[in-house]
Amino acid sequence: MNSDPPSAGPVKPPPASRLGPNQRAWRRFRRNRLAMTSAVLLALLVALILLWPLFSRPGLAAHLPPGMTHAPNAVSDAQFQPPGAHYWLGTDVHGRDLLSRVCAGARLSLLVGLVGTAVSLVIGVLWGAIAGYCGGRWDAVMMRCVDVLYSMPSIIFVIVLITTLNALLEKWQSGPERLSGAAVQWLQFTALFGGLGAVSWLPMARIVRGQVLSLRHRAFVEAARVLGADHWRILRRHILPNVQGVVMVYLTMTVPSIILYESFLSWLGLGIQPPEASLGSLIASGSGEINSIRIYWWLIVFPGAMLAVTLLALNFVGDALRDAWDPRAED
Amino acid sequence: MYFVKRIFFLIPLLLVISFLAFALVRAVPGGPFDRDRKPASPEIERNLRAKYHLDEPLCQQYLRYLGGILHGDFGPSLKYRNHSVSDIIGQGLPVSLTLGAAAFCFALGVGIPLGFFTAARRGRWQDYAGSLAALMVICVPGLVIGPILVMLFAIKLRWFPVALWGSPWHAILPTLTLGLFFSGRIARLMREGMLDTLQAQFITTARAKGLGEIAVLVKHAFPIAVLPVLSYSGPMLADLLTGSFVVENLFQIPGIGVFMVNSSLDRDYTMVVGLVLLYAVLLLVLNLLVDFAYSALDPRVKYE
Repeated sequence: MNSDPPSAGPVKPPPASRLGPNQRAWRRFRRNRLAMTSAVLLALLVALILLWPLFSRPGLAAHLPPGMTHAPNAVSDAQFQPPGAHYWLGTDVHGRDLLSRVCAGARLSLLVGLVGTAVSLVIGVLWGAIAGYCGGRWDAVMMRCVDVLYSMPSIIFVIVLITTLNALLEKWQSGPERLSGAAVQWLQFTALFGGLGAVSWLPMARIVRGQVLSLRHRAFVEAARVLGADHWRILRRHILPNVQGVVMVYLTMTVPSIILYESFLSWLGLGIQPPEASLGSLIASGSGEINSIRIYWWLIVFPGAMLAVTLLALNFVGDALRDAWDPRAED
Repeated sequence: MYFVKRIFFLIPLLLVISFLAFALVRAVPGGPFDRDRKPASPEIERNLRAKYHLDEPLCQQYLRYLGGILHGDFGPSLKYRNHSVSDIIGQGLPVSLTLGAAAFCFALGVGIPLGFFTAARRGRWQDYAGSLAALMVICVPGLVIGPILVMLFAIKLRWFPVALWGSPWHAILPTLTLGLFFSGRIARLMREGMLDTLQAQFITTARAKGLGEIAVLVKHAFPIAVLPVLSYSGPMLADLLTGSFVVENLFQIPGIGVFMVNSSLDRDYTMVVGLVLLYAVLLLVLNLLVDFAYSALDPRVKYE
């Protein structure tokens, strides 16, 4: 491609050699048909679960089939209805519509995944970049901390964090200034996000530190230093942009793993609290109904399928991003 | 020499880990004697705390604990008060080890051939089908696949027992539930490793010598391509051997995975620290073994 003669027409896209690495990666991503398909699928999924609550609005509900207009927390007499015309995915023990609960659960799960990833991004990148950039003794101390945390079972860590935050919250509630229910719920979410982010930043810190360590003595960084740039500017302007690709690829792998972890925590009853539902708590209540007399398969299969489809789409997009950002990839 | 140094380095690392766990569980609000086991009066609680030395300063408690460990005593469980931590772990660990080892073998036995095969058939339909299968398995966690397996094979078809532990027959569904996810991870790592290795120059050399494709793949590419799998199997094995809460809870298996979660919820301080130490020792030793195997398998890797 580099040996192409200069193009005559103005409409022709610029040759790959003139694009930045990120632009080239995007171009590769857009050309990957599977990647684009799964990106579109993911976008549709997100749109569906975001727009679902709108369907139960009175104005819109009149024009829609009844299966689309149930509210996620509305209790009814129709308990354990199998999937049918009125309840498309069936109902649970309280007669609540499973479809709308699955959508609400997926919404919370995605939210937790994204925010938890953001938390782990901030901690991991800062920690890794500072360790790699300072080097020497600081690097050794900071990375030994990561080693120590790596060697502890993360579930114990999460439980300690979440129970501590919840206990603080309870203490607050018993004091003179009580918070409203919504505020408590948000604080509980924050505890969950914090706990999830706080255990998943370790690999990110290691990756960023390795990258920064190798970039630190490159000629362009030395040049910036000679020109009088301060440490903060060198980190922000010269080092972090070069780490960006790796970080982004790793992020797309972190979102599904945090969603998985959240579903596990909610399954334990530590995550999202009822009556709100997350995919994990839906699966938990579904597996609580297993007995040898009647099989309520829809209570597990549909939340599980929603979880699987979400994770699958995220993984596809992540794989394609990784291929696109692979430095060895050709245009 | 390098490995001797690493082994000696384990001791301070384990000290730091145990102290961190020790301090961390005690920092959580609430104690081991509240919730449903709340003593009748403050005096009784005070006596209980004194009996377990919980009223001493943290450092003194920790030193006492270390002294106990030197005698092989990991302290009494604060929840199951007639049992010591060593008793409880000693009872549950063999079960968790068996189940974990079975799941490990399943994950490697399925994952490595699948990854190898999909890489060898790169770009053809077998590759797409196999890679999709590996990805699907990763996206369906044990807490989904477990209940589905139970409903299908235990309740509906009655091929396997629903729960409990005893015969090998009981172990099949739990092993699948635990191992499927990891087999997908292994297959993906193996495929990546093969594809990476097949681009290397020594493979071109091997092909240029006129070696058959099977010899190139198996003899030359495989030992290098399996290295990512190897380094992943250290932490994976540590995870599997220390039990899984989901599987043990679902199938009512008396392992130690359940205690991992419950003891930290119950503030069973001694139990938590004992389990953390068990996990840390397993993980660190396994990682050491992995690095050792690495240097044996890949002549390019040299530690100093």
